[in-house]
Amino acid sequence: MFDLLIVAATLLCALQAIRSPRLLMSALWLASASALTALLMYLLGAPEVAVIELSVGAGLVTVLFVFAINIAGEEVADLRALVPRPLAWLAALGAMGLGAWMAIPGLRAPGGPLPEPAFAAVLWEQRGLDVLLQVVLIIGGVLGVLGLLAEGRAHVRKEKQS
Amino acid sequence: MTLSLPALVAVAVLGLLGIGVAGLLITRNLIKVVVGIQVMTKGGMLAMVLAGHLSGRVQTGAALALTVIVADTIVSVVALAFAVQVRRRFGTLDLQALSTLRR
Repeated sequence: MFDLLIVAATLLCALQAIRSPRLLMSALWLASASALTALLMYLLGAPEVAVIELSVGAGLVTVLFVFAINIAGEEVADLRALVPRPLAWLAALGAMGLGAWMAIPGLRAPGGPLPEPAFAAVLWEQRGLDVLLQVVLIIGGVLGVLGLLAEGRAHVRKEKQS
Repeated sequence: MTLSLPALVAVAVLGLLGIGVAGLLITRNLIKVVVGIQVMTKGGMLAMVLAGHLSGRVQTGAALALTVIVADTIVSVVALAFAVQVRRRFGTLDLQALSTLRR
């Protein structure tokens, strides 16, 4: 019953994040969806990654969103796409149906937990390449943001001169 | 009728993916597009953890989900910085206006 409630709340938060006309409310709904996702991960037996998701997904990303919305301005937002809204929801439902059709046989997979080393050992030893990739990604992301912001300053300076 | 936790989480995964796709389709606002991507990625990382839970290898699934979290955060950071720059230069967040822009 508790699980059902959490799943329903997660989906509701995600739906509100998509539908809310104000960008700030949208970011806050996204943060609550993220927190509930972290709770589901905890229930599935992965507390380490749940904590990281809670602090990064619900904390850092929300701060970034609020920051970006502050700078970019709350430009609302009855920007309808070219795709008509019912058609978009129909396409999404179709995708969900296909996903369910593929995923349901896998749910009956037999299995108890296999013997396995701890999270840190799996991450650093078996998945060392992923860690390397994450480091590269973080450096790339930092460089990308620096490049974008620096370019903006140069642009402003050029405008002042001219 | 009570559903098991994996079945419920599978519903959550599919729901998040579907809602994310719908969010990408129904908006033209650049920041809302990032919100849609975030919702989809949450479904993806939940699917990793669920697959680990079902196959009995929870920690491997968690390690993969961690990679997804890092990649997802970097993507949204760069996309938001991009949105801020677009707004500064062109004064709009409308994707349609950007794609037909001639300067």
